[in-house]
Amino acid sequence: MKKYLAKKLLLLIPLLLGVTSLTFTLTKALPGDPVFSMVGERAQPEVIEKMRREIGSDRSIFIQYIGYVKLLLRGEFGRSYYTNRKVLDDLLIKFPNTLKLALGSMAVAIPFGIFLGILSACKRGTITDRIISSLSITGLSIPVFWSGLLIMLFFSLKLKLLPPSGTGSMQFLILPSITLALPAVATLTRVTRGTLVEIFIMPFVTTAKAKGLKEFKVNFLHVFKNALIPLVTVIGLDFGSYLNGAVLTETIFGWDGMGRFTMEGIIKRDYPVIMGCIIVGTVMVILINLIVDVLYHYLDPRIRLYGKSR
Amino acid sequence: MGKAGKISIALLSFISLLCFTAPLICPHNPDTINLDSIKEPPSLHQLLGTDNKGRDILSRVLHGGRISIGIAFVAALLSMGIGLIVGLVSGYAGGKIDIVFMAFIDLILSFPAFLLAIGISVVFPPGIFTVMIAIAVVGWASFARLIRGYILTVKEAAFVESAKAVGCSRMRILFVHLMPQCIPLIFVMMGIKLGGYILTEASLSFLGLGAQPPTATWGAMVSANRAYISSAPWMVFFPGLMIAITSLCFNMMGDALRDRYALKIE
Repeated sequence: MKKYLAKKLLLLIPLLLGVTSLTFTLTKALPGDPVFSMVGERAQPEVIEKMRREIGSDRSIFIQYIGYVKLLLRGEFGRSYYTNRKVLDDLLIKFPNTLKLALGSMAVAIPFGIFLGILSACKRGTITDRIISSLSITGLSIPVFWSGLLIMLFFSLKLKLLPPSGTGSMQFLILPSITLALPAVATLTRVTRGTLVEIFIMPFVTTAKAKGLKEFKVNFLHVFKNALIPLVTVIGLDFGSYLNGAVLTETIFGWDGMGRFTMEGIIKRDYPVIMGCIIVGTVMVILINLIVDVLYHYLDPRIRLYGKSR
Repeated sequence: MGKAGKISIALLSFISLLCFTAPLICPHNPDTINLDSIKEPPSLHQLLGTDNKGRDILSRVLHGGRISIGIAFVAALLSMGIGLIVGLVSGYAGGKIDIVFMAFIDLILSFPAFLLAIGISVVFPPGIFTVMIAIAVVGWASFARLIRGYILTVKEAAFVESAKAVGCSRMRILFVHLMPQCIPLIFVMMGIKLGGYILTEASLSFLGLGAQPPTATWGAMVSANRAYISSAPWMVFFPGLMIAITSLCFNMMGDALRDRYALKIE
């Protein structure tokens, strides 16, 4: 196991080099010059020249890239062109916020999604199943920025239960978490139901029933165990995307996370910020994939990550 | 096709009909500012109320629908076209071409889709075409992957062998014999994807990257009106409701198509 993890973590290095070089060339290839957005298009040529020298955009892309990698190796992400703050410092503020929001919405989505999916699958074909299925497809279709606004209108402006926006403690976290969780609940419900329904018709379930096991026991000992793999996959994917920031939810609830940070970076062509966000996001997605792989290993003994036992 | 599929298609046709004939049927101009009747709640005279500049919300919603649905459709056609060609070539050619194309497809799919769309939308000046391009650039990859997988399964089929045997060129096999095989599949995929495209378009407009004011789109209306959510909630409610209903109908149609053609695509 240790060997497998070490190998996977070593693979991070070439992957990150690939991602950084790609993002770097892509951002540089974008039309629009950050210097113009910093000083305005009518600034004097000498000022523009000076700014270019300061941020190093007068040198060739290759030299700039080498410089950036050297910076990364020192554990730095450079400074934002606009605020002149260290990108690392900003990331250290925004990332924990994003993590909180992602964990919060997962804490809502996982129990609800799995419960509704199980209920729907066990009662397949009945009215309960139909209601849950309709609700879940609705959940997938509602735009987050609209459901967020309605949730905010109801819970904080009408009932005055929770603050409408801001970043901070638990009470600020609840509404955005619920908003972000809605589509995730819907996806999870659909995946859980679909997987279970497929497993219900498998021969080993019939066998278990034939040997006289109670319905309940069949479900818990045989069926649910086999449904865990696709669920872990979906949860991993959702969690990974939330760690990259939930732009819309963060915008509505004024949550100070990675999503808004990245978007502002992109809009202002603040290259160090874009690069920093993408690198952190990629590392997170890769780490989560790794965790998911390890979970597979424990959930299904047929999946072996290492060794030749086959 | 089940009942849900039929109802959703009927409802979609109705919504599209209303939106695309909006200039003919709307009693009010969507952009006419009328400061005598601002933030009026829904009434018989103005069914969905008016906004903070006294503009009729119903007219704006219907006119905006033309743009929102239109963008989603054109974006779907664009990603379908790109995906079809890349998938065909990649699947049929195999070898190095396939490896390069697949690497590129995986790369696109592994980026956070919405951030990628934002990144592409800021490259061009904000507007209708920018949104179409942004959605298509992010969206073609899943079409391409589907088509490639399908081509891999049919390229050894008897009809391809016979086409080769009678001396058809590779191009002819690719575009005359294989491409028509993909058409049903790709339209099903398009049906499945449209609901998501409606949401992406709305989200990009919400962030101000879509059609610019005073042009109405559903996402932009929610965004512009959200400051008035507690004093005039209908200003936010109805445009958002239209996004939700349209996207829901497309998703239901997609589900029906998926069931009917027993497709495993995500």
